[in-house]
Amino acid sequence: MIKAMINNTEIEVPEGTTILAAAKKANINIPTLCYHPDLIPGGQCGICVVEIEGIPGLKRSCMTPIGEGWKVHTHTPRIMATRKQLLDLILSNHDTDCLTCIKNNNCELQGLAATLGINSIEYQKMEEKLPVDNTSVSIVRNPNKCIFCGRCIQVCSNIQSVNALAVNNRGYESAVTTAFDAGLGNSPCVNCGQCVVHCPVGALYEQSHIEDVWRAIHDPDLFVVVQEAPAVRVMLGEEFGMEPGSLVTGKMHAALRRLNFDAVLETNFTADLTIMEEGVELVSRLKSGKNLPLITSCSPGWIKFMETFYHTLIPHMSTAKSPQQMFGAIAKTYYAERMGIPPEKIVSVSIMPCTAKKFEAKRPEMRASGYQDVDYVLTTREIGRMMREAGIDLREMPDEPADDIMGEYTGAATIFGATGGVMEAALRSAYFLITGRELEQLEITPVRGLKGIKEAEVDIDGVKIKIAVAHSLGNARRLLDRVVEQLKNEGRSEYQFIEVMACPGGCVGGGGQSWGSNMAKRARRGEALYNEDRSLPYRRSHENPSIKAIYEKFLGSPNSEKAHKLLHTRYFKRSPIDGKIIDGENTTERR
Amino acid sequence: MNLVRNHILISIDSSTIMAGARAVERAFVDELLNRGLQDEVSVLETGSLGLINRGVVLVVYPEGVIYADVTTKDVPEIVEEHILKGRFVERLVVKEMPKQHVIKREKTGLLKEQPRIVLRNSGIINPESIDEYIATGGYEAASKIINEMKPEEVIEEVKRSGLTGRGGAAFSTGMKWDFARRAKGDVKYIICNADEGEPGTFKDRLILEGDPHKLLEGMLIAGYAVGAQYGYIYIRGEYVLSIERLEKAIKDAEALGLLGENIFGSGFSYHVSIKKGAGAYVCGEETALIESLEGKRGHPRSKPPYPVTEGLWGKPTVINNVETLANIPEIMRNGASWFRGYGTEKCPGTKVYTIIGHVATPGLIEAEMGTTLRDIIFEYGGGIKNGKKFKCALVGGAAGAFLGPDMLDVNMDFVSLREYSAVLGSGAILVMDEDTNIVEMLKNVLHFFRHESCGHCVPCRLGTAQLVKIIDRVADSKGKREDIDKLLRISEVMRDTSFCPLGQSLYLPISSTLKYFRDEMLSMI
Amino acid sequence: MERDEIIKKFSPSLDNILFILHALQDNNPQNYLSKDDIRVCAEYLNVPYSYVHSVASFYTMFSLKPRGRNIIRLCDSPPCHLMGSGSLLEYLKESLNINVGETTEDGFFTLELTSCLGVCGVAPAMMINDEMFGNLTPEKVNAILDMRRKS
Repeated sequence: MIKAMINNTEIEVPEGTTILAAAKKANINIPTLCYHPDLIPGGQCGICVVEIEGIPGLKRSCMTPIGEGWKVHTHTPRIMATRKQLLDLILSNHDTDCLTCIKNNNCELQGLAATLGINSIEYQKMEEKLPVDNTSVSIVRNPNKCIFCGRCIQVCSNIQSVNALAVNNRGYESAVTTAFDAGLGNSPCVNCGQCVVHCPVGALYEQSHIEDVWRAIHDPDLFVVVQEAPAVRVMLGEEFGMEPGSLVTGKMHAALRRLNFDAVLETNFTADLTIMEEGVELVSRLKSGKNLPLITSCSPGWIKFMETFYHTLIPHMSTAKSPQQMFGAIAKTYYAERMGIPPEKIVSVSIMPCTAKKFEAKRPEMRASGYQDVDYVLTTREIGRMMREAGIDLREMPDEPADDIMGEYTGAATIFGATGGVMEAALRSAYFLITGRELEQLEITPVRGLKGIKEAEVDIDGVKIKIAVAHSLGNARRLLDRVVEQLKNEGRSEYQFIEVMACPGGCVGGGGQSWGSNMAKRARRGEALYNEDRSLPYRRSHENPSIKAIYEKFLGSPNSEKAHKLLHTRYFKRSPIDGKIIDGENTTERR
Repeated sequence: MNLVRNHILISIDSSTIMAGARAVERAFVDELLNRGLQDEVSVLETGSLGLINRGVVLVVYPEGVIYADVTTKDVPEIVEEHILKGRFVERLVVKEMPKQHVIKREKTGLLKEQPRIVLRNSGIINPESIDEYIATGGYEAASKIINEMKPEEVIEEVKRSGLTGRGGAAFSTGMKWDFARRAKGDVKYIICNADEGEPGTFKDRLILEGDPHKLLEGMLIAGYAVGAQYGYIYIRGEYVLSIERLEKAIKDAEALGLLGENIFGSGFSYHVSIKKGAGAYVCGEETALIESLEGKRGHPRSKPPYPVTEGLWGKPTVINNVETLANIPEIMRNGASWFRGYGTEKCPGTKVYTIIGHVATPGLIEAEMGTTLRDIIFEYGGGIKNGKKFKCALVGGAAGAFLGPDMLDVNMDFVSLREYSAVLGSGAILVMDEDTNIVEMLKNVLHFFRHESCGHCVPCRLGTAQLVKIIDRVADSKGKREDIDKLLRISEVMRDTSFCPLGQSLYLPISSTLKYFRDEMLSMI
Repeated sequence: MERDEIIKKFSPSLDNILFILHALQDNNPQNYLSKDDIRVCAEYLNVPYSYVHSVASFYTMFSLKPRGRNIIRLCDSPPCHLMGSGSLLEYLKESLNINVGETTEDGFFTLELTSCLGVCGVAPAMMINDEMFGNLTPEKVNAILDMRRKS
């Protein structure tokens, strides 16, 4: 333990504790800007500097471990003046059009300027405006807002191992960009949006579909259906000031209805459908022993990552579409048919914790219904904005159910939103499919939680299968390098079934979540999903009455020809240089 | 057997090559061949004599006559007159040699007066011949050490010598080695910092071009003392000739078993290789250099941990400047107390300076620590060019301070200068005469820093950008009074909060300019 | 020479990246690192394409856009500045009819500024490709440019 003084308060902290953390313990808040609790401090901004008696210069509290007997001062006149000067320099290089900025009221820089009492910008503005990067269908980058905190680069390279963004050039000409400034849409970017959720300012945000959705809703000729991803119900509350992890399923349905969507349906319904298709796929691969391990395919960020960096694993991928895309295909066929609505009149909107879903919806092969299956994708933040614009306060909403015939779901579906959830849901049904009996111990705890790579062995009637779950693409890379190596050297892998989610924590940590997120919040959202699972009447996908109905009345059986046409997809090899498809023929076979 | 009666030593360094030294060398060989003198007169290459900006420079022994500004046309005359008839070609002889430029061997007994430790062999031996280096006592110290001394004893001796880092930071070399020796690690590294980028500095280049084996021997001794297996020389990509000569020197040393496996049969193995930079001043900062050597952008690391515990690839690493390492063989050969006979009590030894700008004889000199700025400029540098008055000198490179006339009699050493908030830095002395526009000079310095900032931290990236905006305004006579204070205020924030010494050091040129020339700056407004 | 041949002279270790980039650039007739150069280096070292680009863009000796056959690098550090590099720069711009960072239409010259070249004793100085020139005056610069044009 280290004993020291901060602003005349004595503290005792374990060795290695930073001054910033030690001060926090003494209820002293040192302002920060580039610092983020989930990332390694880079020390770019200098805002968190403090004075240490006997040591010249000022030290960055975020990266300086406190020393024995130190006397630290955090708010002397010299420090306060220095912080203002630094912030002034940052503002001189920042496009301060706050009123029209996407981060207005959610901006960490704006917040800091308020905290430090900045009332004018002393230094001359840099006049040059750089072009906004609009090349990606998911993510926009506005370099005029960038403050070079380095967070996006750290998540993109260290945590996600995608390496789309990097610092290029040098000094005052430095730029956080893609190689040769080709734009995110022409880079290996997988659209996961982790850069977006870590950006403290308005330099990174989603390509908005809000205007398109308003137009559709306001068009009396169109029938607008909406689906909500599992994770959205545990994060939408944060858009209205509720605690992270508040479960708002019923309120969400009510609010969407008040926004005048014509039908409020559920992604969770097609999550159950995904389990049916993927479960049968798993059982058949386990039986044939071919193309094992089977790897899940719900996360579109992961899909593009796999296509770009691990295309040799294409045969191992589940061909089942993600719940969003299954929903899209079913809404414009089955739903249209049953409800008697012409499919061309249906506008299919999804609400996702995700930015990669925008890319997925626009994939050219995602037109199984004969139309673009999912027309518009809104992030949790976007739907929050729309609700606020419409004068809706989610907190005041009653609890309402979703609409028939695509609104019913099980506990297995809702846990899709947390890392390990798809794996757990699939095993609940696969056990039944293989043995004809129900799995008694429903909760497969080894695959839960925020450990980067989780492994377990599951006994299905004497047959042991080894499973692994990875969340964040960096962890996926670590796991898959091992798998590829095993496949190459031994012709088989130790694993039979692998779940990969692109984002840390799974979808509850997605690129479409509310601003100001961190791992602690992600954990609380995940717990809320497990709580909903426990509260639902059905907890296995194959028990869902609406699922039984769709197979009976429309699809036949899982993996039927019709199911294949509508619910399964194929993958492409992509270039790690620009993310573009290399050869269209190198795809999975369609069975 | 033929007796060689004359040696012609041609200085082959970057400056003389520019002036056509290679052609002159060829002309001598041809001329001697034509006259059948090839066995009696040998033409040899050597490093810089320290005489800069005098074209092709050569010395003819045994007379020791120095010729400068020699062209191919002069070659027949020199051979005819000097070699054959024994008459000097007076119009080319360098007569008013500043003190330091007189090359005398140790045995002349004038060593005390002309202390050449680092530059002992420069301009005397052929830098491309390991045999000549050995003939002057080279590798003698290394051999003795590796066979007879314990690493701890070597470190003790270096500590006793009081040698401090010559790259600018002036940290005790012996202490640094000791830390690295004690640090835990199976693999350890020695890095020679030859990324000489401080404007106005070219001492390391001339050491490398003139006596590459001295550096290698220094690195070998450092490696043995620290327990390192590998040494790297990180050198500027622009130093083409230095790289060539070092490559040859390493190869020759390896061929003789002075580098490589099981050196002198002692069981000690040590490999040295060269890494080439690609144009980045900040890589002179040791942690940025390590990043660059590892194959990354040259962004400085946060300290601690220091390189001596976690350096190259996370292993204990000693980084020493070229000049520091070049002192080592002489210290070990002659002993710490001999070394302490030079310089001052607190700063023993010598310092190599480059004197440039408005001086009569710009050049490379080696002077004892504690020599005054006045002596350096007026004795060695020959005073101000064209009889002008001294205005100031930028001492220590761009990151140094402008020193006015009141500083002329301050002793030049690390400790004395610190008292005046100045630094010895790299040893560059850029002299400016009375006609110099100080705003233009400061503007140039600030543009330099903006260009060379790595961009990692806010104070340096945006501070340098704002400083440039302000000084451009002032130089353009569009500035305001408060701009002058803004310059100082930004530089203070940079001094206090910049991530690395690059941004921190800008305070010196700015504050010193304002100390001496505030009125001149205000007159621009 | 083929890129693969050049690159194989170095072991595929990250600390050789600057060597490799130097070699690729020297081999490129337009004196720069093309997208293909960057890609080949990335594949050889097994690092991301963006990484190699990021590293290359840090160092001033590398260019990511095509340049002329002769790269003029005029030193503009304080010592050369003091000795008149500023007026030389104006002279070069005028006589070549280009700005800093640009290439003449005939592809002969690219004009760049550089930090200290370490030949301050003969300031003002410049480098053309691997060769140094010092004590420059407009007349001398003119003669040097003429020589280059002829060779």
